[in-house]
Amino acid sequence: MNLNLDQHISQKFNEDLESIKTEMLEMGGLVETQLTDAIAALEYADSELAEKVLKREDRVDTMEVDIDEACTSIIALRQPAASDLRMVLSVLKSIRDLERIGDEAAKIAEMALVLCEQGDAPRGYTEIRHISSSVREMLTDTLDAFARYDSQAAIKTMRADKKVDLDYKSAIREMITYMMEDPRSISRVMKILWILRSLERIGDHSKNICEHIVFFVSGEDLRHKSESEY
Amino acid sequence: MVSMAVTNDTETLVSKVDVGTALMDDHRLDDIVTIGKPLVDNACLSMRNVNVFYGDKQAIFDVNIDVGANEVIAMIGPSGCGKSTFLRSINRMNDTVESCRVSGELLLEGADIYDPAMDVVELRARIGMVFQKPNPFPKSIYDNVAYGPRLHGLASKRAELDEIVETSLVKAGLWAEVKDRLLQPGTGLSGGQQQRLCIARTIAISPEVILMDEPCSALDPIATARIEELIAELSQNYTIAIVTHSMQQAARVSSRTAYFHLGRLVEVNDTEKVFTMPDHALTEAYITGRFG
Repeated sequence: MNLNLDQHISQKFNEDLESIKTEMLEMGGLVETQLTDAIAALEYADSELAEKVLKREDRVDTMEVDIDEACTSIIALRQPAASDLRMVLSVLKSIRDLERIGDEAAKIAEMALVLCEQGDAPRGYTEIRHISSSVREMLTDTLDAFARYDSQAAIKTMRADKKVDLDYKSAIREMITYMMEDPRSISRVMKILWILRSLERIGDHSKNICEHIVFFVSGEDLRHKSESEY
Repeated sequence: MVSMAVTNDTETLVSKVDVGTALMDDHRLDDIVTIGKPLVDNACLSMRNVNVFYGDKQAIFDVNIDVGANEVIAMIGPSGCGKSTFLRSINRMNDTVESCRVSGELLLEGADIYDPAMDVVELRARIGMVFQKPNPFPKSIYDNVAYGPRLHGLASKRAELDEIVETSLVKAGLWAEVKDRLLQPGTGLSGGQQQRLCIARTIAISPEVILMDEPCSALDPIATARIEELIAELSQNYTIAIVTHSMQQAARVSSRTAYFHLGRLVEVNDTEKVFTMPDHALTEAYITGRFG
């Protein structure tokens, strides 16, 4: 979709808009790495990698604040309207969701650290691997859709969240059976549950960002609508 | 960087150079049909198929629009798009331009504005106008406001006239500032005060409609804010059509916004919609500063 964001009479305005978009995608890239590394740390019991994820969390936060400020300054100085306004608003909202995704990735890294120390049989890892791969794909597709202003792709990604929710529910049921079988595993399985929960939340945040993309591209507000409505 | 390329009539592309080919090439001038909601149920002013010509040159092409009672409608568009021309044809200000010709139907409360039997002086009393540059008469503040009521014989006694002057100045938000110097010349006031004086002069004869042609473009931001505040208050009693170059102003004061482009009325919609999600790509391009 051609929204002609680079066609303003003011060159500086073009650059400002382009720059918040680029920075948001950069932040998205960083958050993607955080998620991938957190999962890898868990899978390969790599505590060093988990530490790295926790350290990088600060950078995600700083980026959120920086982009937030850039958006505020565009609103104050340029009074954007129509598609420009929707663009700035959707970036503002999306970086919040990205920051939360970063938080969830950090939580996963924390759990990975604890689980690394405990060693022991990796029960529930299959489920984590399965759901994390769906969620990572969602996140990648979301960022692609934003980069290309593609509301159709965004809607497709929103639909994918349903599958993640279903997989999450069935994984929870499975974890419950583990806990019933062997009460000594409860504390450990609880940690797996937290990780699954984080992954499910990341799916929700990606879906939110997709809603912001649709709002930006076509002006439609899809929040709180059932799947049949979009 | 952006230039408007209007070539001859057969090749009237709206605006070709640099303005995003995908956006513009589709919009041939002749194909523009007003979209949105130009018509309303409680129309005070109702204009149909309005064309305005200056000699051979056509300035307004087939405009259909209503202005609802007690509504503030903003007319925006790039310079030369015809918004002022259109505004001026509503109270027949264009009659003073010899080469100007208006066709179509313009109704004020159902009465034909261009009816030869229409008394133009009376018409302009019903449809007042405020101009870009404040233009008080070289008279006292009092006489500026009293001029219209005297002309139209609205007051039989001095006390009545005093009352009209005071109420008008109060409504225009100027009373407190000038009540002690009503006999001083109106031209001695500041720009913003002069403009409010002109508004007081306009409302002194109780018009139904007030036309404003860029009423704030010669004023500083504070005087502008005062006038905008005033517009909001006046809209409770008057129907207001305002032409403005400031899109923020249009966004702030109006309930509906009309976008003109090279003599065509492109879109009329609720102001909120126009500034967040306009229906027409040309409106979008203009309000986001891609050309104009």
